[in-house]
Amino acid sequence: MDWKRFGFIALIITLLIGTVVYVGQTRQTPILIITSMLATTIAVATPLTLGALSGVYCERAGVVNIGIEGMMLTSAFFGWLGGIYMFQIFHMAAGVSIMFGVFFAIITGGLMALLLAALSITFKVDQIIGGTVINILAVGLTGFLNRQLFFGKGSVFGGNVPSSPGVLPTIHVPITEIFASLCGSSATCLENVQAINRVFDQKPIAISAILLVFISHYILFNTRWGLRTRAVGEHPRAADTVGINVIKMRYANVIIGGMFAGLAGAYFTIESVPSFEPLLTNGRGFISLAAMIFGNWTPIGAWAAALVFGASQALLINMQIFRDVIPPQLAFLQESYIVGLTPYILTMIILTGIIGKTTPPAADGVAYEK
Amino acid sequence: MTENNNILSDEIVLEARGITKQFPGVLANDNINFDLRKGEIHALLGENGAGKSTLMNLIYGLHNPDKGEILVNGKPTAINSPIDSIKLGIGMVHQHFMLIPVFTVAENIMLGDETVKNGMLDQKAVAAKITQISSQYGLEVDPTALVGQLPVGTQQRVEIVKTLYRDAKIVILDEPTAVLTPQEADDLFRIMRDLTARGVSIIFITHKLKEVLAIADRITVMRAGRTVGTVLPKDTTSEKLATMMVGREVNLVIIKKQAVPKEPMLTVTDLHVNDVRDYPAVRGVSFEVRAGEVLGIAGVQGNGQTELAEALSGLRPTKKGHVLLAGKDITNKTPRVITQAGLANIPEDRQQHGLILSYSIGDNMALCDYYHQPFSKRGVMQPKALDENAQKLIKAFDVRTPSAFVSAGKLSGGNQQKVIVARELSRSVKLILASQPTRGLDVGSIEYIHGEIIKMRDRDVAVLLISAELDEILALSDRIAVMYRGQIVAIVDTKKTTREQLGLWMAGAHVQTPQ
Repeated sequence: MDWKRFGFIALIITLLIGTVVYVGQTRQTPILIITSMLATTIAVATPLTLGALSGVYCERAGVVNIGIEGMMLTSAFFGWLGGIYMFQIFHMAAGVSIMFGVFFAIITGGLMALLLAALSITFKVDQIIGGTVINILAVGLTGFLNRQLFFGKGSVFGGNVPSSPGVLPTIHVPITEIFASLCGSSATCLENVQAINRVFDQKPIAISAILLVFISHYILFNTRWGLRTRAVGEHPRAADTVGINVIKMRYANVIIGGMFAGLAGAYFTIESVPSFEPLLTNGRGFISLAAMIFGNWTPIGAWAAALVFGASQALLINMQIFRDVIPPQLAFLQESYIVGLTPYILTMIILTGIIGKTTPPAADGVAYEK
Repeated sequence: MTENNNILSDEIVLEARGITKQFPGVLANDNINFDLRKGEIHALLGENGAGKSTLMNLIYGLHNPDKGEILVNGKPTAINSPIDSIKLGIGMVHQHFMLIPVFTVAENIMLGDETVKNGMLDQKAVAAKITQISSQYGLEVDPTALVGQLPVGTQQRVEIVKTLYRDAKIVILDEPTAVLTPQEADDLFRIMRDLTARGVSIIFITHKLKEVLAIADRITVMRAGRTVGTVLPKDTTSEKLATMMVGREVNLVIIKKQAVPKEPMLTVTDLHVNDVRDYPAVRGVSFEVRAGEVLGIAGVQGNGQTELAEALSGLRPTKKGHVLLAGKDITNKTPRVITQAGLANIPEDRQQHGLILSYSIGDNMALCDYYHQPFSKRGVMQPKALDENAQKLIKAFDVRTPSAFVSAGKLSGGNQQKVIVARELSRSVKLILASQPTRGLDVGSIEYIHGEIIKMRDRDVAVLLISAELDEILALSDRIAVMYRGQIVAIVDTKKTTREQLGLWMAGAHVQTPQ
């Protein structure tokens, strides 16, 4: 990661937050807006971060994964369904059912990845086509099951979507409790501390995603597993000649990548909103890929890039909140379809490579033949 | 190279008995017997496709033999994967290096045999061990350097250290000199001697006869999947070895008449060309080639020869300077204009730039002329004309193929090159630009292609030969230009120079340019 890239990321995030601060200044103090933007950015960047990590594991091992979108969608569905089953059929406690839901989502991601691995590693199918198969399969499978299980006559749940066990709780980081005493009797000071606290009060998957970024970075660049993973993605034959099992390493990494996409899927239906609708991932798997590329196939870089996309989504959300106070000279910001374009425009700018070229692993997308 | 008078040890460290390996359609190894003694350099000589690499891949565990057994230190062993062979103390330096350019030297060397401390790669311990091996065997490498930024000779040293790092006692070197300058090759031979003096045994695979005679203790020759015989260097000659390799007598020395240069055909003036990354690669080159002479451009690969050839054939823009072909300015013209002006181009990478591998031989043979009569009439291809042309050329240029409809990708390297040569030389041409025309070819094909080039020279065609093989340059050229870092550092008459002198120029030793 070069400084030009990090500088660009910082600039865009500052710009997006600055816009909201400017628009919302008549209603709220800048610190409240900044902290709420940051909190939202981190939360909504979660699936992008996990999706990008999914891509990093697969592609560092030499398998292109454009099926992240489909893996997320399938996992979101089965995670949600698993939670409901545990809750409604097995009458488990809500918390336990939710945990099972997350577990099912991760397993689903792993299984979808196993399919991609089999197609691209064993059967040497073109990896772009393999990923497309995953994406199409995901749309069809989740749409079909969703209808068969929950809607219309004769569906398993008789046309009523049963109530789900709910969503994962926010984990409170006691910043206010620790620092409140420093404020003395100043009410504004306390308010600011509380506002800052909100940035850190995130849900479990969001927190895991950030931890996993650093863990993955460490694994990839400082451990034996990481060295071997990168070796099979750069020059599988060289790895083979020193006794590394290329096929096994690739399978393992693709499945791990799938499990990351699975956790990203869980974010949608178990952490964010307790419901499923067809196509709910809405292109986020593909934006994850852009983040991965912009992050030059490194976990930390990919996370930074995911935050840019998170910030642009936070912009969209905040523009709706501040819709009625948008100053007339910025009237275009009222149109959500214009603001909603931001992540996609950013994706295009980033992929043109004008912010510096990135280099994929040398054997990325190439099946290994002895 | 000094004669090696060591008395050979009798201890056999590696023995292959009755090895047979069948690939679809090819019997790659047919009942091979081979043995390696402790501390010897045993050369394995043979043409491409003779089965040398297959035998080594079997010994190294990349493939498994159908029949036969391999004994290491007298014990029969099952080598099923490289892990097994590494454990038995066998190391291999592959022709195409098995190094990862974006990894450091230390990472490349430890890969697969990592030292781990607290779950983390122990870079320090690895670097220390590498340094120790470096000083012990005189193989200098910097553990922290990125492999991709090292020169080829150094990368090869990294590969050798990699085998020693795994305590290899038997080292297989697959065509190790193919990528080296004469001086680097001498350095490698010194290293090989050092290794054998320390009890390491070396299998040296090559098709270069001179090297074998200079360095090997014993020589085994392979042809068409069988061993032809094992001889001692003192009992044989280049000619005898070549006959064993090819199975018939071969002219190693090209018999050619004195050249009779006529008018200048190609005139290059102060040419500047940038490489793929837009850095200057050719920096102010001027020379001329006359009708009826061969000008050889010698130089280590990567000194601007590729860019020069691409600029001359219209594939790469020139930044400055002029190129005249038969009096016509072809600077920055399209390949078609240049071809029509009389250029025959035998490109460096025959599979990438010389052929369309998925097209048939017949179609490939018409690639320069397909767009006009007789191959095409009013925009419609004429299969009959294409076929007649193909039949004629296949016969005239001795292309070994079942039919003209076979796709070019299915042919052997030698026959692919013959298809290109047939297409280019069958037209009326004024200049032949031949880049590495015999790279990777067997002795028989080399002999044939060299003969064709000289035949064209004698018909008053100008020939510009670019080659990294000094032997080829010396054998064919009437004059030799040496390229170093994008410039021509010397142009000499072939008769007035020596191998050693050229080697020095190629390595950048600037000497007064003799005229």
